[in-house]
Parts: sequence; C-alpha cells; structure tokens
Amino acid sequence: MADPMKIRAQMKGDTADIRVLMSHAMETGQRKDNAGNTVPAHYIQSITVDVGGKRVLQGQTGPAISRNPVFGFKVKGAKAGDKVVINWVDNKGEKRTDEATVG
Amino acid sequence: MDALRRPLLKGAGATGTLAAALAAGVLKPSQVLAADINRAAFEVKDLAGALKGIGAAGAAESKDVVIRAPDIAENGAVVPVDVASNIPNTISLAVLVDKNPFPLTTAFDFANGAVPEMALRVKMGQTSLVEAVAKTADGKFYIAKKEVKVTVGGCGG
Repeated sequence: MADPMKIRAQMKGDTADIRVLMSHAMETGQRKDNAGNTVPAHYIQSITVDVGGKRVLQGQTGPAISRNPVFGFKVKGAKAGDKVVINWVDNKGEKRTDEATVG
Repeated sequence: MDALRRPLLKGAGATGTLAAALAAGVLKPSQVLAADINRAAFEVKDLAGALKGIGAAGAAESKDVVIRAPDIAENGAVVPVDVASNIPNTISLAVLVDKNPFPLTTAFDFANGAVPEMALRVKMGQTSLVEAVAKTADGKFYIAKKEVKVTVGGCGG
C-alpha cells in the first residue's frame, strides 16, 4: 500500500489553494535496472479531487509525471472547513484516497 | 486485465464508453467531467497523434494559454510546469512534451469552481517544446508552446 498523500488546502481570498504530494514510484516502463531488465511500468493513471462533496477535478496522467507527483490546483467558491478528498488509481489497479480540510 | 481492457477501450471509443457508463447508471450526468479523454492518447508516440487523440488536432495558438516553466531545466526528471488558461469557459487542460516517448503527460477537467490552472512536475527526456492545450465548453481547442532546455548530466549548461 502506498504511503498517504500530503494534502494542503488553504483559502486565499475566495479561492482554495490545494497542493498535494503523492507517494508513487511513477515507473515509466522505459528504464532498465542494473541487470539490464526493463523495470515494468507502474504509474498513476487517474486522479480525482472533490471539495465540499463536489467533484471539481478529474484527470488522467501518463508515465511522464515525475516520481512522487506534486499537483497544485485552485478552486473558487470553496470555504474554510470544506473537506478535500483526493483519490488516485494506478495502472496496476492500486488506489489510495486521502482527505484534508480547507483551512 | 489491462491487456484485455485496452483494445476494448480503443474499439468502443470514448463516446461509446461514456454512453455505456451512463446507461449503466454508474455516472450521473452532473458528475460527468472528462470521462471522454481517450486513454489511448497516452500511448501514442508522436505529438500529432497525441493531439489528435485528445481531439485537439486543429488547435489554434493562443496567448491566453499560459505556460510557466523554466527556460533551462537542470534535472529532466523533475521539471516544474504551471499551466493556466485565461480563456472563458475553459473546461479542460492538457500538457504535452513534444519529444518524450509518449508526449501526452496529463489532462485534467475542471468543474464546480475549479480554476483552469494547475501546477505539476513532469519528466523530460531531452530539450523539447512543452505544450499546453485548453478546451472550452463549446469544444474549441487552444494551444501554447514553450521550449524547455534540459541539461544532461548536471553540467549546468
């Protein structure tokens, strides 16, 4: 099981500034290990972000996102105290969901 | 399971998959964001094909799509890229790296107040154009490009 995401969500004016750090190897499937074997691809394929119970972002990612991906998003109309729920699913079907509160 | 799923998706096409999901009641219309991003576009190895895969083949260049990325990236494994669209009714943003093995890096859909802007970190194999594509609610595409030089071996270039 992957490590928890680190999520920071803060109001700036009427906009919530959300940053998330995901813990993931993001193997591209192009790299070779010391023995010359190709390291199989293992990367996050889809991400969703819900704020205050509403789906605000939904995205697909490929292997070219850096290891331990960091994303920054902005959501208008959110309020302090809203719950932020972020979910990812990778190409092996592993998934992780973490929550934070807008501060 | 993936091996089976792939050709199915390709065959059905994005709309087919979406229609099936709707019919099955899996997705309520209000929740439908960008389920129509074709996963196959992530496996296309050339830029033109990847743009076509996300439906943006004829995208018009626009200064209202903004890319903030370093002119020179010392570490190609972690290149910070910010993209934003100042075009009204932007519903989706995609980021592509021209010379990567698979140019399409990510595509996000925005709804319910999400600002069409995102910060991410991408891998770049070599010096290349980074391209951002914005899609508006009426189905138009706009594109912006920025070259990022990648220094190999940390020589500081």
